[in-house]
Order: sequence, then structure tokens, then C-alpha cells
Amino acid sequence: MLLITCPYCGPRPELEFVHGGEAHIARPTQPEALNDEAWTEYLYMRANPKGLHAERWRHLHGCARFFNALRDTTTDQFVVTYKTGEARPDLKGPAA
Amino acid sequence: MQKFSAFELFKQGLNGQAGWKPQWRSPEPKAAYDAVIIGGGGHGLGAAYYLAKQHGMRNIAVLEKGWLGGGNTGRNTTIIRSNYLFDESAGLYDHSVKLWEGLSQELNYNVMFSQRGVMMLAHTVHDVQVFKRHVHANRANGVDNEWLSPEEAKAYCPPLNISDNMRYPVLGAALQRRGGTARHDAVAWGYARAADDLGVDIIENCEVTGIRRNGAGAVEAVETTKGLIRTPKIGVSAAGHTSVVLGMAGVRLPLESYPLQALVSEPIKPVFPCVVMSNTIHAYISQSDKGELVIGAGTDIYTSYTQRGGLHISQHTLEAICELFPAFRRMRMLRNWGGIVDVTPDRSPIVAKTPVPGLYVNCGWGTGGFKATPGAAHTLAWTIAKDEPHPINAPFTIERFRDGHLIDEAAAAAVAH
Repeated sequence: MLLITCPYCGPRPELEFVHGGEAHIARPTQPEALNDEAWTEYLYMRANPKGLHAERWRHLHGCARFFNALRDTTTDQFVVTYKTGEARPDLKGPAA
Repeated sequence: MQKFSAFELFKQGLNGQAGWKPQWRSPEPKAAYDAVIIGGGGHGLGAAYYLAKQHGMRNIAVLEKGWLGGGNTGRNTTIIRSNYLFDESAGLYDHSVKLWEGLSQELNYNVMFSQRGVMMLAHTVHDVQVFKRHVHANRANGVDNEWLSPEEAKAYCPPLNISDNMRYPVLGAALQRRGGTARHDAVAWGYARAADDLGVDIIENCEVTGIRRNGAGAVEAVETTKGLIRTPKIGVSAAGHTSVVLGMAGVRLPLESYPLQALVSEPIKPVFPCVVMSNTIHAYISQSDKGELVIGAGTDIYTSYTQRGGLHISQHTLEAICELFPAFRRMRMLRNWGGIVDVTPDRSPIVAKTPVPGLYVNCGWGTGGFKATPGAAHTLAWTIAKDEPHPINAPFTIERFRDGHLIDEAAAAAVAH
């Protein structure tokens, strides 16, 4: 089981968390202006990288807050976690 | 090709079984092919076989970065069924079951397809309603499926616990008698041997590192660890790595890759006559012909390429197995492993052309790709050869996500993904 560092609560076991999918996918500010391709991109298309992945997590059985993490999908190592709203840290991961 | 038969076995026996030859060649890649398949699992090898057999394309190659069948073909729990809810899915998955039924004869290779029945347990009123709906939908599509009471389920699978002192008692089951299992390695090897016999070059330890496109945007070559290979057509059957491979051609897909774990017990005498799946308490189980109980469940919760997964996921699965089959509580587990499955938002696959001319993709099978091996291979080969989909895989496009024609098996599939 992984140890995940919640930016609000500190390191906690993986069982307390749920995965929230790819991070930094902002809801369109003008949904009515989007064409079909842009909607598809927003709703369905995902980077699914082999290497560093910016993703949302939620500390469900703790503070219940969302936060973001950079995790290496080739090792499952959490490189860094950061609060929602902060920019993605400019890191080059081991496999990125 | 050396035909396998009882007579051939006897004949070789006179010589101490020393006369068997390798089942396929290990050629170096040529400079160019008419088509290249990326991924040497059952899906990719099968596509190469059908391209050569049914579409006359003999100058083709299968590129595999590791060894044949070393990915999800060798990492699944070998369950085969076609009791999916929607018409499009029933068409595709039952196409596969029909091909499975003749596959050993077609390939002259015993894939050990065993139609021992797949039984899906209902534990809640909602389950009962959903499964009965499935039974009716399947029958309307010509797919066999029947409803069993708990007592009938127990009669079909004697180790099953149908007492009412469980947290989620068994309220009934849906049984597809034509479902079952097959030997996973044999599927890859059988297709490889038959494709090789038709002239297909199967190249192992050859990882694709890039896809080159010409001025018009169409594919013209693949860059590999064994050099550049020119080809006007590329079929990708790379399962969990599909996003990575298609990213080389600049194509984005609605896929996320998750680890899916499975495990086997120590081998025991035959005790388990069928396949049992439980969506609600999250487990499925069958017994291999070697005697091991083969056990699996849903994916891990986060995307990953590690082919491992968390131990607590397997523990959860085993708790469900012990509740359903108390007799197995003292058994020891022998091995567990993970495969990387590519999951689409609607849990239905993509077998289609891509926006890049000459590039075709077979992906998104999620946790259920093994059962579809012959059907996926057959329809991918058709799509590559004719540059248009077979009617059976025509609904399974990438564009369905843009156009809203989802084939939403997410709730309909047997095990929560």
C-alpha cells in the first residue's frame, strides 16, 4: 500500500484516498461556445502518460479535500503533492 | 507446418519425440512490409493471421517489444462470454464466441476452449433486475443466457455458498452456458504458428519507438529498436500501451491505463465446474485444467504502467471469494500479477480507423479483452485490409465519443471496472 502525502494532513495510507483522474482539466468557461471536438477533448480525451502524471486525489477518509499530485506511472512513486489551484510544479521525472 | 494429430504424435514417438520443429521462425525484419501489426498478443497475432488467411496479405509483420503473449494475453483470467447488454456489444462479443467454437480446428492447435458455463451472481434486488434485463436482451440478440434460482445456481456450482447468513446473500444468477475459458498461451501460440505458416514475419524483442508520417499525413514507416521499417499500413493492438504508441503519431485517445490484478492458488483436484463472477462483491473465479483456482476482480484505483498493483486490492478479492466459497478459506495462493488494461469512458472497445491515414487501432478492451481475441483480430484485419470497418465493428469508432453514440457497457459489464 502506498503512503500518500496529503498537503493538508501529511502522510497517510492509500486506503484513505480516492483517485480523481487527470488534473488541470478546467471546465470550459463558455460551454455554449464549444464545438463538438472541444467538448470531446474536455470530456473524454486523456493524456494517459507513461511517466510523470499530474492527477487529482481526494483525501476522502480524512480532510475530504481534493489536491493534486505528480506521480510517476512507471513506478507509482509520488514525486510531489500540491494544493488545488496551484500550478503544476515544473519537474522532470525519472521517466518523463 | 508440422500438422498436429494423434498419428503425428505416434510417429514422433517412434523417434523419442525428437523430431518436432520450432513452431514459428524468428526472422530479422525486412526493410518494408505491406502492413505492420504492433503488439504480439492474441489480438495482434490473430489480426496478422486473418490478414494473411482471408485478405491475402502475406508480406506483413508483427512487432512485439517483449515475448509473444507476455502482455495481457498471458495475464488475464481467460474468461469467455458474450452476455453484454447492447446490440452492438452482443454482435461483437458473440462474433468472438462463434470464432472460439471453431478455433482449435481452424488453427490445428488446441486452445482448450471449454464451454463450461459462466455464472454471474446477483446479490441485491438491483442485481436481480439488471441481470434479468440482460437475460431478455441477450435472448433477443440470439445470445444464450438464462436465469437461475439460488438452488439451481448451487446445483450448477456445488461449492457455492447460498446460505442467508452472508453479508450479501446470493439471490439468483444469470448463466451463459456457451461461456467458459480457454488456454491463454495457446491462443497466442496457435495464431503465431498459423500466421507464420502463411508467411507472416513475427519479430520479438522489437519495440516501436516512433511512427513516421509523410507530407500528406499518412503513415510511411515505424522506427523500432531493430531499425526503420517502411509500411503504408499500421495496426496497433498494444492494450495498455495504446496511448503511448498512438501518441507517436500525434493521436489522442479516450483511454486510461489501469493495473488489473489476478492470482492463482496452488493446484488441487477438480472441484470447480464452471466460471463464477460476482459484480457486487467483486470477484471472479474458475479452475484451470492444471488445477489452480484462477481468481480476479476489478482494476486498481489509479492509472499505472507498473504491471503490479496494490496488495490490498487482491486481499479484498480474496475476502469475497472466501465468503462465496468457504471451502477455499485455507487454500494458499501461489502467484499474483498485474496487467495494464486500457479503459474507455463507456467501457466498450475501439476497433477502428484513426484520423491518420493508414493507421488502425484495436484498443479500449479494458478488463475484458481476452474473450474478444478472435473477434477483435478478425474485425481489425478486415478494417486494415479494406480501409473500412466490418459491420460488426463499425459502431466501435473513436468518433462515437464526439457524436454521442456511446455503447455504455460501464454499468452493464459483469465486474465493476
